[in-house]
Amino acid sequence: MSVIEAPRSQARPARKRGLNLEKWGWIYMRASGVVLLVLIFGHLFVNLLVGEGVKAIDFGFVGGKWADPFWQWWDVAMLWLALIHGANGMRTIVNDYTNPGTAQKVLKGALFLAATVLIVLGTLVVFTFDPCPAGSPADLLPSFCPAV
Amino acid sequence: MPENSAGTLAAPAKPAKQKPGGTLYRGREGMWSWVLHRITGVAIFFFLLVHILDTALVRVSPEAYNAVIGTYQTPIMGLGEVALVGAIVFHAFNGIRIILVDLWAWATRHQKLLFYIVIALWVVTMLGFAPRHLMNVFSH
Repeated sequence: MSVIEAPRSQARPARKRGLNLEKWGWIYMRASGVVLLVLIFGHLFVNLLVGEGVKAIDFGFVGGKWADPFWQWWDVAMLWLALIHGANGMRTIVNDYTNPGTAQKVLKGALFLAATVLIVLGTLVVFTFDPCPAGSPADLLPSFCPAV
Repeated sequence: MPENSAGTLAAPAKPAKQKPGGTLYRGREGMWSWVLHRITGVAIFFFLLVHILDTALVRVSPEAYNAVIGTYQTPIMGLGEVALVGAIVFHAFNGIRIILVDLWAWATRHQKLLFYIVIALWVVTMLGFAPRHLMNVFSH
Protein backbone atom coordinates (compact mmCIF):
# COMPACT_ATOMS: atom_id res chain seq x y z
CA MET A 1 0.00 0.00 0.00
CA SER A 2 1.35 3.34 -0.97
CA VAL A 3 1.44 6.19 1.45
CA ILE A 4 0.29 9.62 0.43
CA GLU A 5 2.95 12.07 1.44
CA ALA A 6 2.16 15.11 3.51
CA PRO A 7 1.49 18.26 1.50
CA ARG A 8 4.62 20.18 0.57
CA SER A 9 6.95 17.34 1.58
CA GLN A 10 10.04 17.23 -0.60
CA ALA A 11 9.39 14.40 -3.07
CA ARG A 12 13.03 14.36 -4.17
CA PRO A 13 15.93 16.67 -3.60
CA ALA A 14 15.81 19.78 -5.75
CA ARG A 15 18.03 19.72 -8.79
CA LYS A 16 21.05 21.90 -8.41
CA ARG A 17 22.87 21.52 -11.70
CA GLY A 18 22.14 21.34 -15.38
CA LEU A 19 19.69 22.85 -17.82
CA ASN A 20 16.20 23.04 -16.33
CA LEU A 21 14.01 22.71 -19.44
CA GLU A 22 10.75 22.98 -17.49
CA LYS A 23 11.89 26.33 -16.10
CA TRP A 24 12.77 27.60 -19.58
CA GLY A 25 9.43 26.31 -20.85
CA TRP A 26 7.70 28.28 -18.12
CA ILE A 27 9.64 31.40 -19.07
CA TYR A 28 8.98 30.81 -22.78
CA MET A 29 5.20 30.64 -22.28
CA ARG A 30 5.21 34.06 -20.60
CA ALA A 31 7.70 35.79 -22.90
CA SER A 32 6.15 34.44 -26.12
CA GLY A 33 2.66 35.15 -24.74
CA VAL A 34 3.37 38.86 -24.39
CA VAL A 35 4.86 39.09 -27.90
CA LEU A 36 2.00 37.03 -29.37
CA LEU A 37 -0.56 39.39 -27.84
CA VAL A 38 0.95 42.25 -29.88
CA LEU A 39 1.48 40.19 -33.07
CA ILE A 40 -1.96 38.53 -33.08
CA PHE A 41 -3.92 41.66 -32.12
CA GLY A 42 -2.11 43.45 -34.97
CA HIS A 43 -2.88 40.54 -37.33
CA LEU A 44 -6.58 40.59 -36.40
CA PHE A 45 -6.79 44.38 -36.67
CA VAL A 46 -5.25 44.54 -40.14
CA ASN A 47 -7.05 41.47 -41.55
CA LEU A 48 -10.49 41.77 -39.92
CA LEU A 49 -11.13 45.40 -38.95
CA VAL A 50 -9.44 47.58 -41.56
CA GLY A 51 -11.50 48.26 -44.70
CA GLU A 52 -13.86 45.45 -45.67
CA GLY A 53 -12.33 43.07 -43.12
CA VAL A 54 -12.62 39.34 -43.82
CA LYS A 55 -14.52 40.05 -47.06
CA ALA A 56 -11.39 41.66 -48.56
CA ILE A 57 -9.11 38.65 -47.98
CA ASP A 58 -8.10 36.81 -51.15
CA PHE A 59 -4.94 35.80 -53.00
CA GLY A 60 -4.28 39.40 -54.04
CA PHE A 61 -4.58 40.60 -50.41
CA VAL A 62 -2.03 38.04 -49.20
CA GLY A 63 0.26 38.80 -52.16
CA GLY A 64 0.12 42.50 -51.36
CA LYS A 65 1.01 41.90 -47.69
CA TRP A 66 3.88 39.49 -48.35
CA ALA A 67 5.41 41.79 -50.96
CA ASP A 68 6.62 43.65 -47.84
CA PRO A 69 9.33 41.92 -45.74
CA PHE A 70 7.79 43.59 -42.69
CA TRP A 71 4.63 41.43 -42.96
CA GLN A 72 6.62 38.35 -44.00
CA TRP A 73 8.63 38.53 -40.78
CA TRP A 74 5.54 39.46 -38.74
CA ASP A 75 3.75 36.33 -39.96
CA VAL A 76 6.79 34.04 -39.61
CA ALA A 77 7.35 35.29 -36.04
CA MET A 78 3.68 34.58 -35.27
CA LEU A 79 4.00 31.11 -36.83
CA TRP A 80 7.01 30.03 -34.77
CA LEU A 81 6.01 31.66 -31.48
CA ALA A 82 2.37 30.53 -31.64
CA LEU A 83 3.00 26.92 -32.69
CA ILE A 84 5.67 26.35 -30.04
CA HIS A 85 3.50 28.12 -27.42
CA GLY A 86 0.46 26.05 -28.44
CA ALA A 87 2.27 22.72 -28.69
CA ASN A 88 3.91 23.28 -25.29
CA GLY A 89 0.54 24.17 -23.78
CA MET A 90 -0.93 20.97 -25.22
CA ARG A 91 2.04 19.07 -23.74
CA THR A 92 1.08 20.44 -20.32
CA ILE A 93 -2.46 19.15 -20.80
CA VAL A 94 -1.19 15.71 -21.93
CA ASN A 95 0.99 15.59 -18.79
CA ASP A 96 -2.06 16.45 -16.67
CA TYR A 97 -4.45 13.85 -18.06
CA THR A 98 -2.25 10.85 -19.00
CA ASN A 99 0.16 8.64 -17.10
CA PRO A 100 3.69 8.02 -18.33
CA GLY A 101 3.61 5.27 -20.94
CA THR A 102 3.03 4.54 -24.60
CA ALA A 103 -0.11 6.65 -25.01
CA GLN A 104 1.61 9.68 -23.51
CA LYS A 105 4.62 9.21 -25.76
CA VAL A 106 2.39 8.91 -28.84
CA LEU A 107 0.46 12.07 -27.95
CA LYS A 108 3.60 14.11 -27.31
CA GLY A 109 5.19 12.69 -30.47
CA ALA A 110 2.14 13.76 -32.49
CA LEU A 111 2.33 17.28 -31.02
CA PHE A 112 6.04 17.52 -31.82
CA LEU A 113 5.51 16.22 -35.34
CA ALA A 114 2.57 18.55 -36.08
CA ALA A 115 4.44 21.60 -34.79
CA THR A 116 7.64 20.77 -36.69
CA VAL A 117 5.92 20.01 -40.01
CA LEU A 118 3.73 23.14 -39.86
CA ILE A 119 6.62 25.43 -38.86
CA VAL A 120 8.71 24.17 -41.81
CA LEU A 121 5.75 24.31 -44.20
CA GLY A 122 4.64 27.78 -43.11
CA THR A 123 8.14 29.27 -43.22
CA LEU A 124 8.74 27.86 -46.72
CA VAL A 125 5.37 29.19 -47.91
CA VAL A 126 6.06 32.73 -46.67
CA PHE A 127 9.56 32.96 -48.15
CA THR A 128 9.08 31.05 -51.44
CA PHE A 129 5.69 32.61 -52.21
CA ASP A 130 5.28 33.97 -55.76
CA PRO A 131 2.65 36.74 -55.79
CA CYS A 132 2.47 36.68 -59.61
CA PRO A 133 2.38 33.00 -60.68
CA ALA A 134 2.60 32.57 -64.46
CA GLY A 135 -0.60 31.60 -66.23
CA SER A 136 -3.02 32.83 -63.57
CA PRO A 137 -5.86 35.20 -64.51
CA ALA A 138 -4.81 38.79 -63.82
CA ASP A 139 -7.99 39.61 -61.87
CA LEU A 140 -6.95 37.12 -59.15
CA LEU A 141 -3.47 38.62 -58.72
CA PRO A 142 -2.15 41.66 -56.81
CA SER A 143 -2.40 44.90 -58.80
CA PHE A 144 1.41 45.24 -59.01
CA CYS A 145 1.78 42.09 -61.14
CA PRO A 146 2.90 42.85 -64.73
CA ALA A 147 0.11 42.43 -67.28
CA VAL A 148 0.74 39.45 -69.57
CA MET B 1 -7.56 29.40 15.13
CA PRO B 2 -7.66 27.58 11.78
CA GLU B 3 -11.20 27.25 10.48
CA ASN B 4 -11.01 23.51 9.84
CA SER B 5 -10.20 22.66 13.45
CA ALA B 6 -13.58 23.96 14.60
CA GLY B 7 -15.14 20.49 14.19
CA THR B 8 -12.96 19.05 16.97
CA LEU B 9 -14.38 21.34 19.65
CA ALA B 10 -16.85 19.88 22.13
CA ALA B 11 -19.54 22.44 21.36
CA PRO B 12 -18.85 23.66 17.87
CA ALA B 13 -20.39 26.83 16.68
CA LYS B 14 -22.37 26.73 13.45
CA PRO B 15 -20.01 25.45 10.74
CA ALA B 16 -18.36 28.30 8.92
CA LYS B 17 -19.75 28.93 5.46
CA GLN B 18 -17.77 26.82 3.02
CA LYS B 19 -15.86 29.02 0.61
CA PRO B 20 -14.71 26.46 -2.00
CA GLY B 21 -17.24 24.94 -4.39
CA GLY B 22 -18.34 21.38 -3.70
CA THR B 23 -16.06 19.68 -6.21
CA LEU B 24 -12.57 18.26 -6.42
CA TYR B 25 -11.45 21.63 -7.69
CA ARG B 26 -11.62 24.75 -5.60
CA GLY B 27 -14.33 26.52 -7.58
CA ARG B 28 -14.58 30.27 -7.75
CA GLU B 29 -12.67 32.76 -9.88
CA GLY B 30 -9.27 31.08 -9.85
CA MET B 31 -10.63 27.76 -11.09
CA TRP B 32 -12.83 29.28 -13.76
CA SER B 33 -10.02 31.42 -15.15
CA TRP B 34 -7.89 28.24 -15.33
CA VAL B 35 -10.67 26.24 -17.02
CA LEU B 36 -11.35 28.98 -19.56
CA HIS B 37 -7.64 29.42 -20.24
CA ARG B 38 -7.38 25.67 -21.05
CA ILE B 39 -10.49 25.47 -23.22
CA THR B 40 -9.64 28.62 -25.20
CA GLY B 41 -6.02 27.47 -25.55
CA VAL B 42 -6.99 24.08 -27.00
CA ALA B 43 -9.52 25.68 -29.37
CA ILE B 44 -6.98 28.24 -30.62
CA PHE B 45 -4.35 25.50 -31.09
CA PHE B 46 -6.60 23.43 -33.36
CA PHE B 47 -7.66 26.52 -35.32
CA LEU B 48 -3.98 27.39 -35.76
CA LEU B 49 -3.26 23.98 -37.33
CA VAL B 50 -6.08 24.50 -39.86
CA HIS B 51 -5.20 28.15 -40.48
CA ILE B 52 -1.57 27.37 -41.43
CA LEU B 53 -2.77 24.70 -43.88
CA ASP B 54 -5.38 26.95 -45.51
CA THR B 55 -2.89 29.81 -45.83
CA ALA B 56 -0.35 27.40 -47.37
CA LEU B 57 -2.76 27.08 -50.33
CA VAL B 58 -1.37 30.40 -51.67
CA ARG B 59 1.56 28.22 -52.77
CA VAL B 60 -0.79 25.94 -54.74
CA SER B 61 -2.76 28.43 -56.84
CA PRO B 62 -4.78 31.65 -56.49
CA GLU B 63 -7.94 29.68 -57.31
CA ALA B 64 -7.33 27.09 -54.55
CA TYR B 65 -6.64 29.78 -51.93
CA ASN B 66 -9.64 31.92 -52.92
CA ALA B 67 -11.97 28.91 -52.87
CA VAL B 68 -11.03 28.03 -49.29
CA ILE B 69 -10.79 31.58 -47.92
CA GLY B 70 -14.23 32.19 -49.44
CA THR B 71 -15.66 29.75 -46.90
CA TYR B 72 -14.33 32.04 -44.12
CA GLN B 73 -16.61 34.80 -45.44
CA THR B 74 -19.95 33.01 -45.02
CA PRO B 75 -22.36 34.05 -42.23
CA ILE B 76 -21.84 30.86 -40.19
CA MET B 77 -18.05 31.15 -40.32
CA GLY B 78 -18.42 34.88 -39.58
CA LEU B 79 -20.10 33.95 -36.29
CA GLY B 80 -17.39 31.35 -35.71
CA GLU B 81 -14.78 34.09 -36.15
CA VAL B 82 -16.46 36.10 -33.38
CA ALA B 83 -16.13 33.04 -31.12
CA LEU B 84 -12.51 32.55 -32.20
CA VAL B 85 -11.58 36.17 -31.54
CA GLY B 86 -13.44 35.96 -28.23
CA ALA B 87 -11.31 32.95 -27.25
CA ILE B 88 -8.09 34.67 -28.35
CA VAL B 89 -8.89 37.91 -26.49
CA PHE B 90 -9.74 36.04 -23.27
CA HIS B 91 -6.60 33.89 -23.51
CA ALA B 92 -4.47 36.99 -24.14
CA PHE B 93 -5.87 39.08 -21.26
CA ASN B 94 -5.99 36.16 -18.83
CA GLY B 95 -2.41 35.28 -19.83
CA ILE B 96 -1.34 38.77 -18.76
CA ARG B 97 -3.23 38.19 -15.49
CA ILE B 98 -1.29 34.92 -14.97
CA ILE B 99 2.04 36.70 -15.55
CA LEU B 100 1.10 39.44 -13.08
CA VAL B 101 -0.07 36.91 -10.46
CA ASP B 102 3.22 35.00 -10.86
CA LEU B 103 5.54 37.98 -10.63
CA TRP B 104 3.86 40.61 -8.47
CA ALA B 105 2.78 40.02 -4.87
CA TRP B 106 -0.04 42.60 -5.05
CA ALA B 107 -1.51 40.78 -8.07
CA THR B 108 -1.28 37.44 -6.28
CA ARG B 109 -3.40 38.83 -3.44
CA HIS B 110 -5.87 40.43 -5.85
CA GLN B 111 -6.17 37.63 -8.45
CA LYS B 112 -9.96 37.61 -8.11
CA LEU B 113 -10.19 41.35 -8.83
CA LEU B 114 -7.86 40.82 -11.79
CA PHE B 115 -10.17 38.09 -13.13
CA TYR B 116 -13.08 40.54 -13.17
CA ILE B 117 -10.86 43.14 -14.84
CA VAL B 118 -10.03 40.52 -17.52
CA ILE B 119 -13.77 39.92 -18.05
CA ALA B 120 -14.45 43.67 -18.25
CA LEU B 121 -11.65 44.27 -20.77
CA TRP B 122 -12.89 41.27 -22.77
CA VAL B 123 -16.41 42.75 -22.95
CA VAL B 124 -15.05 46.15 -24.03
CA THR B 125 -12.80 44.60 -26.70
CA MET B 126 -15.58 42.39 -28.06
CA LEU B 127 -17.96 45.36 -28.18
CA GLY B 128 -15.37 47.04 -30.36
CA PHE B 129 -14.76 44.00 -32.56
CA ALA B 130 -18.01 42.09 -33.00
CA PRO B 131 -20.32 44.78 -34.49
CA ARG B 132 -17.71 45.91 -37.00
CA HIS B 133 -16.86 42.33 -38.02
CA LEU B 134 -20.50 41.26 -38.30
CA MET B 135 -21.25 44.33 -40.45
CA ASN B 136 -18.48 43.21 -42.81
CA VAL B 137 -19.77 39.62 -42.85
CA PHE B 138 -23.47 40.39 -43.31
CA SER B 139 -23.18 43.33 -45.73
CA HIS B 140 -23.63 42.83 -49.55
